[in-house]
Amino acid sequence: MTTIYKRTKGLQDTELHYCPGCSHGIVHKLIGEVLEEMDALGTAIGICPVGCAVFAGNYFAFDTIEAAHGRAPAVATAVKRTHPAQPVFTYQGDGDLASIGAAEIVHAAMRGEKFTTIFINNAIYGMTGGQMAPTTLIGQKATTAPLGRTREQAGMPIRVAEMLSTLDGCVYAERVCVTGIPHLNKAKRALKKAFQRQMAGDGFTFVEVLAACPTNWGMEIGEANQWLMENMAAYYPLGVIKDTEAT
Amino acid sequence: MKKEVILSGFGGQGVMSIGKNLVEAAVAEDLEASWVPSYGPEMRGGTANCTVIISDERIGAPLVESPSEVVAMNRAALAKFEKRVCPGGTVFVNSSIIPDRVARTDVKAVYVPCDEIASELGNPKVANMVMLGAYIAATGALRQETIETMIAEMFTGKKARLVPLNLEALKRGMECGKPA
Amino acid sequence: MKREIWKGSEAIAEAAIRAGCRCFFGYPITPQNEIPEYMSLHMPQSGGVFVQAESELAAVNMVYGAAASGVRAMTSSSSPGVSLKQEGISYMAACQLPAVIVNVMRGGPGLGSIQPAQGDYFQATRGGGNGDYRTVTLAPANIQEAADLTQEAFDIADQYRNPVVVLADGLIGQMMEPIVWKERTPRKLPEKTWAACGRGDRDHSNFITSLLIDAPACEAHNLELAKKYAEMEKNECRWEEILLEDAEVVIVAYGTPSRVAQTAAENLRKKGVKAGVFRPVTVWPYPYARLREIACRESVKVFLDVEMSLGQMLDDVNLAVGERKPVRFYGRCGGAIPHVSEVERAAEEAWKEAK
Repeated sequence: MTTIYKRTKGLQDTELHYCPGCSHGIVHKLIGEVLEEMDALGTAIGICPVGCAVFAGNYFAFDTIEAAHGRAPAVATAVKRTHPAQPVFTYQGDGDLASIGAAEIVHAAMRGEKFTTIFINNAIYGMTGGQMAPTTLIGQKATTAPLGRTREQAGMPIRVAEMLSTLDGCVYAERVCVTGIPHLNKAKRALKKAFQRQMAGDGFTFVEVLAACPTNWGMEIGEANQWLMENMAAYYPLGVIKDTEAT
Repeated sequence: MKKEVILSGFGGQGVMSIGKNLVEAAVAEDLEASWVPSYGPEMRGGTANCTVIISDERIGAPLVESPSEVVAMNRAALAKFEKRVCPGGTVFVNSSIIPDRVARTDVKAVYVPCDEIASELGNPKVANMVMLGAYIAATGALRQETIETMIAEMFTGKKARLVPLNLEALKRGMECGKPA
Repeated sequence: MKREIWKGSEAIAEAAIRAGCRCFFGYPITPQNEIPEYMSLHMPQSGGVFVQAESELAAVNMVYGAAASGVRAMTSSSSPGVSLKQEGISYMAACQLPAVIVNVMRGGPGLGSIQPAQGDYFQATRGGGNGDYRTVTLAPANIQEAADLTQEAFDIADQYRNPVVVLADGLIGQMMEPIVWKERTPRKLPEKTWAACGRGDRDHSNFITSLLIDAPACEAHNLELAKKYAEMEKNECRWEEILLEDAEVVIVAYGTPSRVAQTAAENLRKKGVKAGVFRPVTVWPYPYARLREIACRESVKVFLDVEMSLGQMLDDVNLAVGERKPVRFYGRCGGAIPHVSEVERAAEEAWKEAK
């Protein structure tokens, strides 16, 4: 018999706490695979967020640091600058990165910090129970927007990849999703490219992942994936947003 | 021995710097010394001052209510600090730009035309060094040789040409400060 | 040894570099700007990392990151900025990360003034951030001590795996005095096997976290930390006694006011009032036991607590002295520095009253 699939060594052999249909587990796996393929499991340092991925350090098989809410880019700045030869990344959700940590991510990108940020955008606060995020879509219901988000009350959702792309320190930004195998493969390629450009010392690299949260969206898994493709991908276009290497 | 001095003047008149010179000279003579600057909004008004203490014992409070000497490089400084000098203390007045006389009769007054002497020497920047000379001559707090060595060490390389000028300024100031 | 003239803030910065601090993260605020300014030039020159962060919050979390990856790190600020840093200090205490935080205190509350004050005493000695934790808090009263204590702060932090606070006031930050860079004997320190610096050949990955979502686990963690704080209380307490052997009135003060108190005590003795000074060098742990012993002396009639705040350390003096002797208070605040004559008067009145 030939082995056609193996669990990545980048993840510990343990059960994940994520809800059914949640994208976190898939993205964890992709990161583990990419770092394993880059032979970086002994050197990588991951910075975990506050939010559903707060336990990510229990799943990754390499060293990790849990940051205070929103501060992962500040933590990563220090880790990367004191360990410049090692791959460093932050793993952050939309409340963490786009709300409470907006200053930290903007300034890390501005300084061109040579780490990678993986931004899980599921348009909702997951851990705290479905409150409105900066990325919640207009009309989308949340526990703090029970009638749906309105522009008048909460403004328009923020497109983080596009915003960070305006900064010269950001050399690569791509938005992906993990809904189905073709998208998943693209996502993995994007992650690999981000880490490769980080290790080349080019600057700040950013991968935004449109993610599903069936639990807090109040949907079945299939329905959630469909809603993601129809609504989120419409407002947050998939693809390369910035690549200073592209010709 | 303990000297508690408040030095005050416009920013740019070098009062902070001669304050530091006093500390450097005191340390060279194995004395204890401290230097406290005014900082923040006080400086925005254009007036700078510092408090220098020189002592042969460990220095407690680094700020003083009644200094043994006040060095006033401008009129505002004299107006502000003359009243605080301790009885029997000394007020040094830069008479080039301060027209007033010291009103108090329980303190000594030393008038030093710092800016005129500095102009005569060809460099207005050494006015503060003239005052430093007057201070050490009048108080006997520090030795002339110590200050001279310090000046020689202060200006090196390209600036070494400033040594004779500063030594001359110090000497002219000392003549003004010598007890009559 | 050669005496050199140093400004307080710059001496603190240089001391950190000499102690092996490899990175500094800061944000400008008066009256401590000389620290980041000095670091911006000298830290890179010594092969270390300097970043001017976007905020105090970011700065302290950069320190957290460096500390978590096993590197000696420091940040500095002044009162309002240190309030923002409490997040990171609490997280470092929880994760048992060593780091040094310098607070050059100014007047408060709020934006306050930029002149010297001691209004952050409660914040510094009672943890300051959320949760049950303590930080060793060193309070220099002169520039020599600022240099010595800053260097030792890094050893204390590493020994206990805990943040250490250097609590200076604006005057200590701004003034210049001659100091000697002493030969230091570093403490014997444990290896940082816990650091998240890359797994290497380890058979497990290190995960630095303060989330213990189940109450029993969180309680157990707190009890472990408490044991460590008890060790610090046992080992790290220090103080200075000035003119205290036969003193009848004991002035208790730390930082700049302790120097004012010293001069006041000298002046009082010339007038026949036997005054002395008890100066805590660590304000946490607080030298309760020694102060209690002094309170038990028959010669001691009264205590006078002097602060540049409105009776924050007074709580600790009362805890130590109890009902043994009367405790009086004299304080200035908001950036005002007590005059020698004021302290002299307050001590003399307290002494007469107690006689």
